[in-house]
This record gives sequence, C-alpha cells and structure tokens, in this order.
Amino acid sequence: MITPRYHREIPQRYRLEGGKCTQCGEVHFPPRAVCRKCGGREMETVDLPRRGKVLTHTTIWIPPAQFESQKPYVVAVVELENGVRLTCMVADAPPDEVKIGTEVEIIFRKLQSDPRWEVLQYGYKAKVVG
Amino acid sequence: MREVAIIGVGMTKFGELWDTPLRDLFATAAAECLEDAGVEREKVQSAYIGCMSGGLFVGQEHLASMLTDYAGLKGISATRVESACASGGAAFRAAWMEVASGMSDFVLAGGVEKMNDGADATYCLATAADQEYEVYNGVTFPGLYAMIANAHMEKYGTTPQMLAQVAVKNHANGALNPKAQFQMKITQDTVLGAVRVAEPLGLFDCSPVTDGAACVLLAPVEVAKKLGKPIVKVIGAGHATDTIALHDREDLAAIPAVGEAARRAYEMAGVGPDDIDVAEVHDCFTIAEIVCSEELGFFERGKAGQAALDGVTALDGAKPINTSGGLKSKGHPVGASGIAQICELTLQLTGRAGERQLKKKPRIALAQNMGGSGGSCTVHILEVEQ
Amino acid sequence: MIGIVGYGSYVPRYRIKADDIANQWGADAESFKKGLLLEEKTVPGPDEDTITISVAAGRDALKRAGIDPKEIGSCYIGSESHPYAVKPSGTIVIEALGIGPEVHVADFEFACKAGTEAMYVAYSHVKSGEMKYALGIGADTSQGAPGDALEYTASAGGSAFIMGKEKVAAEILHTYSYTSDTPDFWRREGEFYPRHAGRFTGEPAYFEHVLSSARGILELSGLKPEDFRFAVFHMPNGKFPLRAGKALGFKKEQLEQGWVVNLMGNTYSGSSPTGLASCLDVAKPGDLMLITSFGSGAGSDSFILRATDRLPEIQGLAPKVRDQLADRRIHLDYGKYVAYRGKIRMNEI
Repeated sequence: MITPRYHREIPQRYRLEGGKCTQCGEVHFPPRAVCRKCGGREMETVDLPRRGKVLTHTTIWIPPAQFESQKPYVVAVVELENGVRLTCMVADAPPDEVKIGTEVEIIFRKLQSDPRWEVLQYGYKAKVVG
Repeated sequence: MREVAIIGVGMTKFGELWDTPLRDLFATAAAECLEDAGVEREKVQSAYIGCMSGGLFVGQEHLASMLTDYAGLKGISATRVESACASGGAAFRAAWMEVASGMSDFVLAGGVEKMNDGADATYCLATAADQEYEVYNGVTFPGLYAMIANAHMEKYGTTPQMLAQVAVKNHANGALNPKAQFQMKITQDTVLGAVRVAEPLGLFDCSPVTDGAACVLLAPVEVAKKLGKPIVKVIGAGHATDTIALHDREDLAAIPAVGEAARRAYEMAGVGPDDIDVAEVHDCFTIAEIVCSEELGFFERGKAGQAALDGVTALDGAKPINTSGGLKSKGHPVGASGIAQICELTLQLTGRAGERQLKKKPRIALAQNMGGSGGSCTVHILEVEQ
Repeated sequence: MIGIVGYGSYVPRYRIKADDIANQWGADAESFKKGLLLEEKTVPGPDEDTITISVAAGRDALKRAGIDPKEIGSCYIGSESHPYAVKPSGTIVIEALGIGPEVHVADFEFACKAGTEAMYVAYSHVKSGEMKYALGIGADTSQGAPGDALEYTASAGGSAFIMGKEKVAAEILHTYSYTSDTPDFWRREGEFYPRHAGRFTGEPAYFEHVLSSARGILELSGLKPEDFRFAVFHMPNGKFPLRAGKALGFKKEQLEQGWVVNLMGNTYSGSSPTGLASCLDVAKPGDLMLITSFGSGAGSDSFILRATDRLPEIQGLAPKVRDQLADRRIHLDYGKYVAYRGKIRMNEI
C-alpha cells in the first residue's frame, strides 16, 4: 500500500514545493531536513518556477510494468529557472521533439495507474513549450 | 595496518541458472574459493557478502546467516553488505579492512545475486535509483545511463559506434571465458541494430540479467607467504559516494564518485593510471565503461570512446579493459560483480586466465565497481609479487 | 457585479479522425462526417483524465484571474468520467492548484451538464455572499462504445471558471434551468460504456430542454437573439447546436465562435463551457453571450453574460481555445487510440 508515502509527497508531486534554508538560502527539491550546503535545519516552503530547460534526455522503450501503457516515452533531467533540477517524463512528446536545451514547462499528469486496486498516482511531468 | 593478500578465488558459471537457488550459488563459489586457497573451512573467521536485493529478487533477507550456513561456515561472523551494484566491491573493502586491522586472519569476501527467479528485474534494479524522485517519474536504470550517454555525446561527440565497440570488445573477451554468460563474438551491426532499450542504448549496450556468485579469500601477506601462495596484494583501496539522484550532479557527462574513489586508491597505492596493466571496469552499460575509463584517468575526458574504436582497450591493446568479458558479456549478477572482477584480475596477475591470459603478464591491476548511476563506487588496486 | 473573474480551457494534443473510426468499423466515413458535422475529435493521452484536465484548465483560470488560490471558497468538478468510483476528483484538483484546505469541494455528475452545474453552484455561492471566489469546472474523458455513433464524438477536454464579485471579466446577468426525467442516455454502475436511446435523444431530450431553457432565459431577460454577439449550445455533434440556434433565431455568425465541436468532438461536461471559453477569448467589452448546456437524463442550464472592460486584459494571459485546437496536433490511428482509451483488455500487473 503506497498511500502514506503518496500522501506525504503531495506538496512536491502536485505543487513542486521545495525547501529553502533560512540560514543560507539554498533551495532543495525535495525539501531536506538538513541543508546540504550549510547544515542548517530550518527550512521554509518555496514554490519552484515551472519553466526550465532539458539538460539531458532519453526515450524509454522498455519500462517497468507500471509504465507499460505509456511507452515509448521521453524522460529528461530538467533544470528549472532557479537552477533546481529534477527528473521527469516529457508528456505528449514524440522523441525527436526533445533535445538538450529544449524549453519546457512543468505540468500535472497521472504518472501511474497500476495495479488497478491502488490509488492513482499523479505528479509532475514536463511539456515542450511551443 | 597489515598488508593483505588474495589467496583464493572461486566463481560459479554466470548465466540463467534456473535449477540453482540463491543459497547454492553462494555455497558453490565459496567452496571453490576455499579449494583454490587450500584453506580448510574451519579456518575462516568471518565473511562479508555483497548482495543487492535478495528481498526483491527472491524474497529472502537475512542472507549472511543462510548463505554461510549453506557454505558450511555456520557460526562464523557474517555480514551482508549492500551498495546496489557496488555491493561486491563494498564487501571486499570490509573484508580487507578486517584483515588489515589485525582482527582476523582468514576472511571471505563474497557476492551473489539470483536475478532470474520470476521478479521484474527492471523494477528491482531501479530501486538503486531514487525511488521517489527518479523511478516514480518513469526512469529506468538503462534510462539513467542513456541520459549520461546523451550528455556525453553532446559534450564530447561520442558516437553510437564507439559505444558499440565496447560491447564488441567485451564479447570478444567473454567468448574466451568459460564462465561467461555469453560466449559469443558479436559485430557492430549486432549492437547498433539491436532492440532499443533507452535511446541511445540498445539491448547489446546493456549488461544482462544474471545469476551467479563469486568469492575471494583474504589473509595477511605474512600468512599467505607461509602457505606458499603467489602473493597478490591489495595495495590500494578507495571508496566514494555521491548523490543517489543523477539530476543532483553538476556534470551529467561524468561520474565523479568513480574519479574520487580512484584518487583515494591511487594515493594509497602510490601508483597512477599509467601504472595499471589491466583493469576490470564497471561496464553495466557500454557508456559506463567509457565514462569510468575517463574517471579512472586512463584517458582524457571525451577520449575513451575513440580509444575503444582504436583497439587500445582490447585484449591485445595497450590498456586492456575487461579481459573477463566484463559485466556486458560475462554477466552481471549485481551483488557478485565486484567480487568477480577481483577473481578475474587475480587470475590474470597469477597467469591463470587461460585462453584470455594477457600475453605480457600484468603486475598491477585495478578493479572498479559502481552502484546505481554512480551514487557509490569502490576502486581496488592489486599487485602481484614477482 | 457577479461573474467570471478568470477562465481557462484545456485541449489534449492527441486526435483521431472520423475517417479512421469509420474505416475501422466498415462505416461510410463521408455520411458520418456529414451527419455529425465533425472532422476529428480529441483523445486524452494515457496519462490524462478528468483530474489532470481540471488542473490544467484551473491553472489557466487562476492565471487569468490573478488571485490568491487560498481566496477560493469552493471547488466543484462536473464530469461523467471521474477517475474514481469512490473518492473525489476535487480533492486532488485543489491540492494541485494550491486551494484550501479551507474550501468546500464536491464532484458533480449530470451526464453532459455537470460542468454548467458546477459553474451554477459556484456562482450562487458568490451571489449569496458566502464566499469571495468560487471555482466551477467541467471536464471529461468521455467514452463511447466501439463502433457506436458516440465513438465519433466522445472526446476529452474541459474548462474552468472562477466566479467572484471583484475583478469581473464577464458579468453573469441571468441564469435559468430546465429539467425533467427524460431517460435518453445512461450508464449503469459497473458498465464500461454508456447506452443511449437512439433518435429519442433528439427531439424529446436535447431539443426539448435546450430550446425551453434558452427561451426561458430570453424571456426572463427581455433580450432578443439579435442582442447577442455569441450563443453557445451544448455540442453532442456538429448538427444539433446549429439547429437549435437556428430554431431560436440566431445567425451563423453568432454561433461559429463557440462551435468547437467539429475539431474537438463532444467533451461532455466540458462541451458548452469550452464553447463559452472560446467566445470569451475574443469578446469585446459590452458583448452579450448566451450559453445553454444539456445533460442527458435530462436538463439544461442557461447563462447570459456580458463582457466587461477587464476581459481584453486577461484574454492573452493563457492559451486560447482555438489556438490549442490548432496547435501541434498528433493524430493517432485506431489501434493506438483504443490502447490510450483503455479499450483493450490487458493482463493485470
């Protein structure tokens, strides 16, 4: 049952909330209990920018079972406008549409829906900015 | 610290071993290792066993007790070590430290993985990446290395042909290794035309799903000398970790934990990359061998692909890499791979590598074993006393 | 003044052509296209559902409204394709949009009318003074049985409307509803595809309710068809809304802007709301608009709106409906379409 973990991560998955160290200003995604830069332990919630660019990417042809219905799909490492990086799928993208440097926007999609008796799992993906 | 020697090696055949359970894989490799060392099992005081995921692959944890029991070593101090695909290397390091510290004289370092037992291997292996922030978003293990490959291609002009040559070379070596999973030569066309897994990686850019186990026995050099064995010494040991998530690393065309582990090992050994006569490099994917060879200092950044094309890393090249066939052709039972590397190098250093024995017998060898997308890495440097 | 403060629409990128559906089932494509006045329809990606469509439309509505999501007092999602049988869609949508937790949330269902229902209730809350802003969304990923006439039209998309008393971009002048028990279309619990009563869905259902509702609100307002710049009627196919408009005395020019069905299909709860959004995309201050929805079962909601001076300021803050309809479409073949729509029986994981 993934429910407790899923619920805990809603702020990150749904709203892209990061944690900013009140001591040194370092922004973490996901938020951390201890600042990786200065060791500070007090964090404030910040909304991350939703625009960014692709640093690297791949097209997954052989996915784990829970992503089977979406294959082939593009996955990318995205750097957001404030420098924070994350890994996510690029939605609705034919593979040749995504290149290193492609501008993307973070959107909300269903990530996993199997097995059928589990809760649906939503989260962020990127979309190529047209 | 005491000087430590490798006095015995043992390894099962690697492959899809449908009839052999996890416990017997380990027991077989341990028995072969003790036989090779000529040491009675009663002498073994301790064991460190690398295994990435008994829990997911076969639903079995608490492995150290079970595996040592089935190896006829019931009762000894035994610990299972996990560092994803670097579990074997990390077990070796722990065993080496126990001997070096003076605590024990005979310590077994082993590794085992039973990957063909019905579990979804893609899912199990992906647990070595960040479950919540990489895997949740659809990335696979080949996918992470594919992203490293695309970054490397963009930055240095590395080509699919260069990647393919790594597979061609390692299969040529594996064809000479009777314990390898794939004992067949392949061509560039085989690699480039293979089923796509994660662009730009195809099936033949990826190491296979493998069952297997490997063990080495460690003892103080002075004890090894009394046994009259050839002395293969551990002269350098380096271990480094990094962020688990690829996206948290600054340069996506590099794997810094490898460079850092190597730096520490070279410093301890007092040698440099040019002194290494033969190396086993963690080629879980073709791109990994290229990037790791650069991190190890064998080639300048961006030059390892061309070196593979030029035959520099082939069996008869100036810097032979993965004489065993590597993870690619020998097989990659993840927890066992780090130990199997040490087995191969010990055989090469003592002139026992059979058909794939290097023409010019090597003196100094390096084993590099890596976990995840580079979140952990061990480097060990071995030297044979002539 | 009470009305729409911000609005947003979402159109999926995937399409299937009516020709491809007809070819699959051995039907004559030309007669279907002519009969339904429809070229192609939208198809949701395998990672899209009513919830993701609602979030996308809701986010654009927030962009246009320029308000703090925490000021929204209620959120209603109208859909006949809520992803869960039990568990609200709305809770996920508010979390994703940063609304609440001090918010009233409900999922509505009334065949194709659930979207205007959500708008109506949101509007009523603001009107009563209960809350400053309220959000109503109509969204669907509707299903039609393979080979059924519905398969040519059942599509995906949705629109979101934030109602309020401040920053109004389109004032709601009147509302009117007309409802009776008319069983023209239904889906029983546990059934995968809906069923419909064929030609009974026409005169006794669609036209009876749409025309009665539109006539009712015109009478209530004292306005005549020629007073309006735009009129939108629910679009189960291309033909029905044009016929209804004509019967009421509206001209083609008044109907065209909101008539998105030929390129989009029937987005059920999202249908007439998306037609309205398309009108809001281009309306000028003072323009009057009429929207009449229809939901099988059956009922219609009508609204009369008037664009304010603020509307032109917010039109460009998010993608317009017709731009989305034209933008980077990906056409699927029938096989890919049924796979995306989950119409193929798979082994469970």
